[in-house]
Amino acid sequence: MNFDLSDEARMLQDGLRRYLAEAYTPAARKDAVEHGFSGDIWAGLAEMGVIGALFPEEQGGFGGTGFDIALVFEELGRAGAVDPLIDTGLLGGGLLAAAGRDDLLEAVIAGEMQLALAHTEPGGRYDLARVATTAQEDGDGWTLSGRKAVVVNAPRADRIIVSARTSGAAGDTDGLSLFLVDPERLTLAPYPLVGGGLASEITFDGVTLPPDALLGEAGQAYAALEAAQARATLALSAEALGLMEAIRALTTDYLKTRKQFGQPIGKFQVLQHRMADVLIEIEQARSAVINLAGHIDTDDRDLHLHATKNLIGNVAKLVVEESIQMHGGIGVTEEYDLGHLAKRLTMVDHRFGDALWHLERFIALRAA
Amino acid sequence: MNLDYTDDQKAFRDEVRAFLDEKLPERLTEKGRGTRALTKADHEEWHAILNEKGWLAGNWPEAFGGAGFDAVQRHILEMEMTRAGAPRIVPFGIAMLGPVLQKFGSKEQQDHYLPRILNGDDWWCQGYSEPGAGSDLASLRCEAVRDGDHYVVNGQKTWTTLGQHANMIFCLVRTSKEGKPQEGISFLLIDMETPGVEVRPIVLIDGGAEVNEVWFSDVRVPVENLVGDENKGWTYAKYLLTHERTNIAGVGFASAGLDSLKRIARAEQDGDRKLIDNPHFAARMARIEIDLMAMATTNLRVVSAAAAGQAPGAESSMLKVKGTIIRQEINALTRTAVGPYAMPFQSEAVEGANEAPIGPDYAAKATGAYLNNRKLSIYGGSNEVQRTIIAKSMLEL
Repeated sequence: MNFDLSDEARMLQDGLRRYLAEAYTPAARKDAVEHGFSGDIWAGLAEMGVIGALFPEEQGGFGGTGFDIALVFEELGRAGAVDPLIDTGLLGGGLLAAAGRDDLLEAVIAGEMQLALAHTEPGGRYDLARVATTAQEDGDGWTLSGRKAVVVNAPRADRIIVSARTSGAAGDTDGLSLFLVDPERLTLAPYPLVGGGLASEITFDGVTLPPDALLGEAGQAYAALEAAQARATLALSAEALGLMEAIRALTTDYLKTRKQFGQPIGKFQVLQHRMADVLIEIEQARSAVINLAGHIDTDDRDLHLHATKNLIGNVAKLVVEESIQMHGGIGVTEEYDLGHLAKRLTMVDHRFGDALWHLERFIALRAA
Repeated sequence: MNLDYTDDQKAFRDEVRAFLDEKLPERLTEKGRGTRALTKADHEEWHAILNEKGWLAGNWPEAFGGAGFDAVQRHILEMEMTRAGAPRIVPFGIAMLGPVLQKFGSKEQQDHYLPRILNGDDWWCQGYSEPGAGSDLASLRCEAVRDGDHYVVNGQKTWTTLGQHANMIFCLVRTSKEGKPQEGISFLLIDMETPGVEVRPIVLIDGGAEVNEVWFSDVRVPVENLVGDENKGWTYAKYLLTHERTNIAGVGFASAGLDSLKRIARAEQDGDRKLIDNPHFAARMARIEIDLMAMATTNLRVVSAAAAGQAPGAESSMLKVKGTIIRQEINALTRTAVGPYAMPFQSEAVEGANEAPIGPDYAAKATGAYLNNRKLSIYGGSNEVQRTIIAKSMLEL
């Protein structure tokens, strides 16, 4: 057993941490929060090989293990980065890889292409099979009809991957297909997300696509979606861990410097004990991320997926609430760093299933 | 023991309901449900309606133009207004300053300021906290130095709620550095139009700007604006805090929040069932409701004792801690209930907030309310301060 990173991984981690600490200035973050990402930083990440680290060699990358993904996203979380690497890399890129579209994947890894996955639908919550959008095949290609909700990074995407039914009904795992759509065919109304980034609702009102828009085999997309979302969930959990670490550091500093009643408030035992609990829970979160990273390509993937995302959701709530409380009023202001970090950490529980959703599925798997 | 309201209390409740049915403008309750914040004019409109009925200052004695309600009547009024979705009564003049002036103010101050509070001529805000004086309020440094028939005020106040609407501010200022910190504090009324007063908004994490910094540089305040005696301000401030805390449990807000959460859970689809039929979600919601049912009775026990003449002491600290925990859990579960639609940033401060919300109407406020209401356990004496009060005065530790 060995919990140490390989030398290559450690170099990537150190380099990425240094790069983000320098590049993610308050101005750069503000720019990224408002515009979804900053072009310079995206190019910088690609150049460092951060995007390539998410893919194995046979797909044109040089990593792709669960631990590679966890390492990258913990650092992004630590920096409070908003760049849509989950959307472009793990969801979009993962689905391109599964469909064997190495031509496009090359552009993704080079940092030249942004992607979004339009999958979740209004009322669908977190259920991957709950897709009602339909794709009708006719002589000239495909016609898409339906609605997609909170499509993260759609306003900045060069291509949007859209899931739709070629057979079956909402809730069926069979009958799902993926389509690669040029956003110029769509009308997007961008809106900001809590914690930064952009998204859009998308209505497909009989949008027509050429025959080659189909990605992979018709009706067989569920397994690829599940695998891509599992890796995205690992990434989001690792990002949450990085956010927790950053918040812990900020809060501990505050406890040491903020004085009330003639002493630093960190001298009050009641706050010491609560901060100690926060640390214990963050270490639990770290172990949960390691569990999922180590099982992402095994048969036990889903058990760890549900366990990890459940625990991350619960710990995220504790860390957000305790850190704000220990800061007092300053903790709910927009200007102070904690606000951004706390918002991003709060939003982790609203993608790819929340703590309750994963709890129910964990119980079901254990009972099976 | 009898848990029911008396016949008189029931009659009063019915009277309140009939009044709200007739007089509460639908426009204001609509606004409260959407993403838009109430404007100054909205608040003033509602205050005027209540004042016409004589119910704006339920807590004031009739001699000062109040309704002279006892604690149970005030509780009924607050509960019914919250349930009906009425704007809250802005507390700074009515709930906070009014009782202080009635007990410690001069005849001139009472005659001048109290009617102006009722008529809406003045909008008051509270100048207590400072950047270095939060939980440790007595360490405040904003100073007032006597110069002839004026005080000259220099310093900074912060977290001044709705200070952007106010023309008057009541402040705790330092008039002496002798003795204990509490012994050098005075209670001063300051016209915000005076040269040297500057209000700067603080943007909060939900995007709203309801709180402000207020800066004073060489602000000249007439000595007749001192309330009571110089260096006795701490006593008045503590008296004010007991009034601030009579509705501290927020049972009405919690009940309204839980009702709204149930409506969302009945509407939200969760696979083949509604979210309310999800046993894990339902269990979490039930735990909150069970807590709230007990807390509502704890609150009534304190309210009844207050109606019988016992001033609430550390009991209000207990209500504040439990009440804020319950409200914050309702906010957290509401955020959970709206699922992915918690992610769009929707704030009244954002341009285009008058457009249709992203996703279902009920989702628009969920994340903002969760983030914003973290303040509940921070302001008005943090929950840590409340627990210390409970440990000292109820447990005698």
